[in-house]
Amino acid sequence: MLDAKRYASLPSFYRLCGRLFPWLLPATVVLLAAGLYWGLYLAPTDYKQGEAYRIMFIHVPSAWMSLFVYMVMALAGAVALVWRVKLAELIHIECAPIGASFTALTLLTGMLWGKPMWGAFWVWDARLTSELILLFLYLGVIALYSAIPDRRKAARATSVLAIVGVVNIPVIHYSVLWWNTLHQGPTVTRFDEPAAHISMLAPLLFMAAVFNLYFVTALLARLRSSIAEHCREQQWFRGEAGIRA
Amino acid sequence: MPDAGFLDWLSMGGYAWFVWPSYALGLVVLAANLYLPLMRHRRLLRRGAAAKEGGQ
Repeated sequence: MLDAKRYASLPSFYRLCGRLFPWLLPATVVLLAAGLYWGLYLAPTDYKQGEAYRIMFIHVPSAWMSLFVYMVMALAGAVALVWRVKLAELIHIECAPIGASFTALTLLTGMLWGKPMWGAFWVWDARLTSELILLFLYLGVIALYSAIPDRRKAARATSVLAIVGVVNIPVIHYSVLWWNTLHQGPTVTRFDEPAAHISMLAPLLFMAAVFNLYFVTALLARLRSSIAEHCREQQWFRGEAGIRA
Repeated sequence: MPDAGFLDWLSMGGYAWFVWPSYALGLVVLAANLYLPLMRHRRLLRRGAAAKEGGQ
């Protein structure tokens, strides 16, 4: 009885995703285009790093998202563990590929920034290494989930892994302060005023907001297809598919 | 012929080979994360519709 009730929230969430997605997708695309124009064209040239600093507008939001998505994944995992909410399990596992993408993008754009600025694509610096560990945590969650045939057991196992991995998040954030790193320290999240000028800070924060919006859009797209996969044998989904396909 | 300002912008002050690949990678990653679930969803809808026609 209780289980049926829990399951019942999946069809309604599926329909909610279907209603929101047609609005979220164009909004994300338009705002992303605006953010790119701002970062690549309107923002002034950096006096020290020249035009190479423009990599920041994709690298930094991506790095913030790699941490934020991890926290969402771990939190949804905790909810799934404690209350056995099916939807939380799906949110937990669908966060993993998105977070892994952001982490990989952070590392790759960081390498493309590191080469002209530091002279090397990669150094075993505390910030870079802890971000690489984050990528392995995401990949570990994905691999573990696909290795356990029972999906509910799999989600429980990956939730535990994700929650344990949360210790890495403050390590990444504070790595530039705790260790002597080549990576620059925080420029935005400082207690005094930010070290970046408003003409560069504004497009950065705008891009960060767009990346957040993108995350919601991508997560809804993933959840919709994941609910469809879960409920593909069920009457309501086939009904839905009959109307829409 | 494209004007000099545009070419100048494209050259990114000599960092073109680092800036443009960063943005290209970004767009590929963002697009793939939307495209793949949308295709998966479409495939499932088609299969579900076929099952509804055939079964029950």
